[in-house]
Amino acid sequence: MVEWTDFERATIRSIFSKIDYDDVGTAALSRCLVVYPWTQRYFGNFGNLYNAAAIQGNPMVAAHGKTVLHGLDRAVKNMDDIKATYAELSVLHSEKLRVDPDNFRLLADCLTIVVAARMGADFTADVQGAFQKFLAVVVSSLGRQYH
Amino acid sequence: IPFSSFIHPLNRLCGTAEPLAKMSLSAKEKVIVKDFFAKVSSRSDEVGAEALARLIVVYPQTKSYFAHWKDLSPNGAPVRKHGITIMGGLYEAVSKIDDLAGGLLTLSELHAFVLRVDPVNFKILSHCIMVVLSMLFAEEFTPQIHVAVDKFLALVALALSEKYR
Repeated sequence: MVEWTDFERATIRSIFSKIDYDDVGTAALSRCLVVYPWTQRYFGNFGNLYNAAAIQGNPMVAAHGKTVLHGLDRAVKNMDDIKATYAELSVLHSEKLRVDPDNFRLLADCLTIVVAARMGADFTADVQGAFQKFLAVVVSSLGRQYH
Repeated sequence: IPFSSFIHPLNRLCGTAEPLAKMSLSAKEKVIVKDFFAKVSSRSDEVGAEALARLIVVYPQTKSYFAHWKDLSPNGAPVRKHGITIMGGLYEAVSKIDDLAGGLLTLSELHAFVLRVDPVNFKILSHCIMVVLSMLFAEEFTPQIHVAVDKFLALVALALSEKYR
């Protein structure tokens, strides 16, 4: 089981209470599709992803970004058993969506960059550490059921 | 057609696989990188110091390279000074953006034969630098600029590990 310090718990709760899920979700996913263009392979039916402007204006990307962020909320509310929380989603991503789990790490990196932009100076090194630890646990749990 | 001119599809992507021809920056990307780093230059010391501080806090294993410093506190003088030094190196790389391997030869030999920093740390530091850029230049660090800077930092890392083996 993952050990969380009081600081880490408080930090994660604080971050997720402050961010606009829709804004951050959209920004993170669209950034991922621009910075790591091969991730577009999973969104063939999303229509126009031909350039950065198209990606950032694409409503399906926005919708899916929101879905992902609201999905993260479940981990925030169940920090002591993230593995179990995401067992079903892990199976879904592995068996049905067939997403290479390395992509979770790429999206997590983009999410970190976006949250850093929103929080500015409040995104201290310790806060970054807590946030990245949280995302690492999420990423690991999502890759857990692959076989 | 000579084999060396075959452009493997992976070449368009990033350096996580072994491309047959090297990933490189387009003319447009070079302009993006130069312009952005010029914009950042007034706060470049701050960026360097903050990025290195973050590296050792968020990735404590990197402290193993600085065991010879008496003060390893993230806001202490040695960390600040070294962060500024690293940023200076990056600006040198920007000025040599048309030939990173040649332009960074001395730094490359330093990293290969003296420092012997495991190249995985270049990636980690690049990430920390970009987090700080995102914090201090939130409006400017758009996805388009992010991808150009990410590629640039990856190419610098590649140039620095040129002589490793």
